[in-house]
Amino acid sequence: MMKIDARGVYYRNLNKIIRDAVASGEKEFDLINVNGQRYIGDGLQGSDVKIDIHGVPGNDMAAFMDGPTLIVHSNAQDDVSNTMNEGKVVVHGHAGDVLGYGMRGGKLFVKGDAGFRVGIHMKGYMDKAPVMIIGGTAGNFFGEYMAGGVLILLGINRKKDTPIAGDYLGTGMHGGVMYIRGEVDPYQCGAEVGISELNDEDKKNLSALIKEYCNDLGFNYNEIMSEKFVKLYPKSSRPYGKLYAY
Amino acid sequence: MNNNYDFQKDIAGCGLTGIISTKGRKISGSVIRCSIACQHDRGNGLGGGFAAYGIYPKYKDHYAFHLMYDNMEAKKTAEAYLDENLTVDLAEEIPTKKSKAIPTSPILWRYFVKVKDSKKGSSVANISDDDIIVNSVMHINSDIHGAYIFSSGKNMGAFKGVGFPEEIADFFMIENYEGYIWTAHNRFPTNTPGWWGGAHPFTLLDWSIVHNGEITSYGINKRYLEMFGYKLTLLTDTEVVAYMLDLLIRRHGLKPEIACVALASPFWKSIARMPEDEKQMVTALRMVYGSALLNGPFAFVFGYTRGMVGMNDRIKLRPLVVASKDDMVYMSSEESAIIEICPSPEKVWAPKAGEAVIVNLDKDVAA
Repeated sequence: MMKIDARGVYYRNLNKIIRDAVASGEKEFDLINVNGQRYIGDGLQGSDVKIDIHGVPGNDMAAFMDGPTLIVHSNAQDDVSNTMNEGKVVVHGHAGDVLGYGMRGGKLFVKGDAGFRVGIHMKGYMDKAPVMIIGGTAGNFFGEYMAGGVLILLGINRKKDTPIAGDYLGTGMHGGVMYIRGEVDPYQCGAEVGISELNDEDKKNLSALIKEYCNDLGFNYNEIMSEKFVKLYPKSSRPYGKLYAY
Repeated sequence: MNNNYDFQKDIAGCGLTGIISTKGRKISGSVIRCSIACQHDRGNGLGGGFAAYGIYPKYKDHYAFHLMYDNMEAKKTAEAYLDENLTVDLAEEIPTKKSKAIPTSPILWRYFVKVKDSKKGSSVANISDDDIIVNSVMHINSDIHGAYIFSSGKNMGAFKGVGFPEEIADFFMIENYEGYIWTAHNRFPTNTPGWWGGAHPFTLLDWSIVHNGEITSYGINKRYLEMFGYKLTLLTDTEVVAYMLDLLIRRHGLKPEIACVALASPFWKSIARMPEDEKQMVTALRMVYGSALLNGPFAFVFGYTRGMVGMNDRIKLRPLVVASKDDMVYMSSEESAIIEICPSPEKVWAPKAGEAVIVNLDKDVAA
């Protein structure tokens, strides 16, 4: 295991150390005193690479990442898992805006709240199905233009009268599925979104994912599953077909 | 003013930080320097700046004018104007330290002034000293070629220029100042030139603003402000916000929280769902202050003598994080920039779109 004290280390140097070490066979990293260094894990390959991060990593962590596991033992900032292809990110705190933008594979688990524009244009293809689970609440534009994968919002510990998600929920959604723990007001949703109960297939998928999430973040599975979930799905796979196709 | 700096349209950040001690405790400028330096990569070296409150206690009843001049002639003309219209009790060069990073600068001078008795406005016409100071700032900035007032409040000051903010901090030696509110900015100019006058903060009287984003409603806002005598001379969208705060809060007497609703008012579809009295209030604000509405992506922090406000645009297209510990409140574009100067805050949160976070000094604190 390689331990790196990141205090005062410029992001470029930090990331070069990690990339070079991975290239020469290092599998496990423990980063301490991280604060604000951008692009950690970006484009990194290797499903057996694991990086523990202590401190708040900077923006665009795990962008284009293709295999490794990142464990953030604090809060994370904006743009985590941008266009991530494979691997796993677990954040033991809250995270910022624009998480999982165009994410196409792998998993992103956040323990606390997430910001605005989370899960925009997540997509799936063939065996690729990205999964994002947010333990707290999310801001506006959650799952906007969603094209594939699974988005789960749990709203754990949220205050009364705090909506679990903001407005424009799933606007432009045309693929994938969302499971939201609690009530969703149709007013919040985009016109392209359908709301329904979960079927047996949904319940099976959800159950497996929540088990994994609880295992990683120390939540009680039964407690989380004791509340009702709703399913959000796209009414059409081509909501704007009539607008742009002749 | 000369604009010798290369600039091009680019798409990126801008970083900002604001800190306030609600107990009015003085904090060294070296603290905010750390926080904004942590966001180094949000800027590109074409602008950095700071505003600080409580830094001129010896002259706290004077307006502190900070001026930048292109040449000695501009200085002569501006000083003649100041002498004629104001009592200048102290004029001195702003202390700076030249460095490799900031090898040249405009001529930087500061003046501690009061309105001359003979020039005071009539109370019948309701013209205050503040109005006279605003007129002086507008006159110098628009009519004296090569002279710009970049700070004009009491017991506060702005320090700014072309460079990374940590370089600007060292240039002005801001570690030598102590303030109970600090704001800082790291600039990445997108649509307007990077020049000394265009660095943030923008100020008028004790209003100061640092901003990340673009005010796409600049044209409408500018024309609206011009009707009230403001002259927009600094070639940058953010200038409108500083003057808008002066107009709405000082001249029209709106509370900061109400002014913020006018600047980033809720969408009509949200207003339609509000309780009746709130609906009427917000509808009235939108109708009266339609031209004050700021459109486009922004996060900004503005300071004034008794407080600091952070706010996002209505759909939160720029980042803003707030944290608190004891008597301190921090606002920044990135959480790490707060952690840099406050390693374990009690509370960290991201305000919702268009939600103003208003932090005032405790009532019993004299500013």
